[in-house]
Amino acid sequence: MFVLEQVSMSFQDQACIRGVDLSIPAGTTTVLIGPSGCGKSTLLKLMLGLLYPDAGSVRFADQTVQPDNARALRQRMGYVIQEGGLFPHLTARENITLMARFLGWPGDVQVARVHGLRTLTDFPANALDRYPAELSGGQRQRVSLMRALMLNPDVLLLDEPLGALDPMIRRDLQNELKDVFEQLNKTVVLVTHDLGEAAWFADSIVLMRDGEIAQRGSLEDLVTSPANRFVEQFVNAQRQPEGFGA
Amino acid sequence: MKRPCLLVGALALLLITAATPAAAQDVLVIGSKKFTESVVLGEIALALATDAGAEATHLRELGGSRVLFNALRDGEIHVYPDYTGTLALELLAQDTGGRTVDDVVLRGLLATRGIRMTRPLGFNNTYALGMRETRARELNISTVSDLVRYPGLNFGFSNEFMDRADGWPALRSHYGLPQTGVVGMDHDLAYRALESAGIDVMDLYTTDAEITYYRLRALQDDKNYFPEYHAVFLYREELDQQFPAFVHRLNTLTGTITQDQMVLMNARVKIDRVSESIVAADFLQLDSAVQQENFSQRLRRTTLAHLTLTGISLGLAILIAIPLGVFAARRPHFGHLVLGTVAIVQTIPALAMFVFMIPLLGIGAPPAIAALLLYSLLPIVRNTYAGLHDIPVELQESAEALGLPPSAKLRLVELPLATRSILAGIKTSAVINVGTATLGALIGAGGYGQPILTGIRLDDMGLILEGAVPAAILALLVQGAFSLLERWVLPRGLRLGQAGA
Repeated sequence: MFVLEQVSMSFQDQACIRGVDLSIPAGTTTVLIGPSGCGKSTLLKLMLGLLYPDAGSVRFADQTVQPDNARALRQRMGYVIQEGGLFPHLTARENITLMARFLGWPGDVQVARVHGLRTLTDFPANALDRYPAELSGGQRQRVSLMRALMLNPDVLLLDEPLGALDPMIRRDLQNELKDVFEQLNKTVVLVTHDLGEAAWFADSIVLMRDGEIAQRGSLEDLVTSPANRFVEQFVNAQRQPEGFGA
Repeated sequence: MKRPCLLVGALALLLITAATPAAAQDVLVIGSKKFTESVVLGEIALALATDAGAEATHLRELGGSRVLFNALRDGEIHVYPDYTGTLALELLAQDTGGRTVDDVVLRGLLATRGIRMTRPLGFNNTYALGMRETRARELNISTVSDLVRYPGLNFGFSNEFMDRADGWPALRSHYGLPQTGVVGMDHDLAYRALESAGIDVMDLYTTDAEITYYRLRALQDDKNYFPEYHAVFLYREELDQQFPAFVHRLNTLTGTITQDQMVLMNARVKIDRVSESIVAADFLQLDSAVQQENFSQRLRRTTLAHLTLTGISLGLAILIAIPLGVFAARRPHFGHLVLGTVAIVQTIPALAMFVFMIPLLGIGAPPAIAALLLYSLLPIVRNTYAGLHDIPVELQESAEALGLPPSAKLRLVELPLATRSILAGIKTSAVINVGTATLGALIGAGGYGQPILTGIRLDDMGLILEGAVPAAILALLVQGAFSLLERWVLPRGLRLGQAGA
């Protein structure tokens, strides 16, 4: 679904990406993980076409993501960020249907779609007309997920979607989210810094460091045959406090 | 979104047109300077015009000599009263070399500018020396030369008269006055000092209202020292064809207004508080041509004029400033230029801004609206820019990630999120605008500034308050109205506080 070839990008004050090659097959869940500043969120924005590489290419569904087609391609991707990124002046329902309304979807189609998503994400019907400020953190993430799924995109890109939630709610949502991914059978790219979460979701884990891919594989690959000393350290560092292996 | 803009624009054009009777060809526009005598003479012209069957309007208290003269030259007004001395020594000084010239020369100079001058109306409003009537009779003094016989008299002159080259020093040598007890003092205080016999002689204008009030005698300038300031009417030459009956009536005034009559008329207005139009009608022995306004009619008129100035200028400012603010937020380089330029405009003193507009747009409502418009831009531009600029980056990215094109992103996401900031900017502009619009009266735009200006001229606190209090109340109302509007316009989700998302 995504093919990144020799993608490089530099910022004045942000993480660089250095010659990343990455292929993400359709229908799989890929998790980008690594310490802060390793470039994992930047890589996600490159896939979305919110940023463009200085060198190399990002291809989505066999098209190179470029300024002239990015907007059209983005309508085939759903994007969820840490705090939800919900528009505070719109209700949950208006947030979810914003793009559909802009594209002129008929009202009954919108209603049916929202109903389906609400059932999928187990979101209370009476909360649809509340504003983001009136929703709990978990509810906001559900709304954000519904908004991302509204146009039935081919892929879901999630940047630390559960990062701002407290641990109990986070655990519940991890379960729900995994159910959703399995039901939808979409291509998913998820960014996290938590190895446990990565293992829980991932078909394939991409561990990044300083804008490069340190190792790609399953959790077992990372644990049993770390590619280098950094991978070993990263795995060990997360093992102790979290008691990993959710 | 689009329809209200068009509506406001159309309304603005309509009101600007409606607010400028001066532009109409068939209305005779009379002007006057901002002191009582000029207003009374303007009212006399108005009464004559109305009596001669012309449709006429009187723009009172337009400003100083230069403003009126230029307005006449440019056809903004058609007639106004002035003085021969002012013409020779000030307005046409470049041509006269700053010397007194006779009326034939003045007429010739004016004719090259398309302006005609009536013959003198009668009185000569110049500098004079004044004494209490009783004291003058006691000492048998009626001319300036008579003063030579009394070296012990105390003189109190206004500071301007003390310092002017053609004031006291030259007067003293012209008449050979021997007095040594001469002090400079405030003009109003000099009247009191004269009354309490602290001084014996002061300087005055020969038609000052106070001459009757304080029972003064203006000493005759028997050696013709002071230049002559004969009152005349100046009018545009096309009036001869357009309003021949009026021009004829105007010329019948020649020589009819004596010094004493003018002093009396000034006193009735300034001291007895009779309106200028009644005084004018009484002089002409006509029924007062203008229906006397009562308080509520006057308030309604000034309020309407004030709201027109504020409403149009603010409406247009909003239409211009919000797009400018959006533009500034979109293109940071030009944005700095835009913000900088608008900020510089704001630093121009309000009074100067109004006066700058006169050469461009003449007098009346249009230049006032233009000045107020320029003055209202900065808060709205700045707040629109800030409102858009301060939208959290994750919301910007979310909108972009959804695939919304820039115009839809602006309309559906960014402008709603910036509503609070933009409204605050408009509110600031509106409150400033209401206060600043009082200056509009200085260039003939009317509004609450008019009673304030007249009140200052007549030293009438009641009249000043008649403008100042409504202006303050209007500012408060505007503030309140915007708070209500904010409740109505601000998306509910934003009123819940900045939490969430």
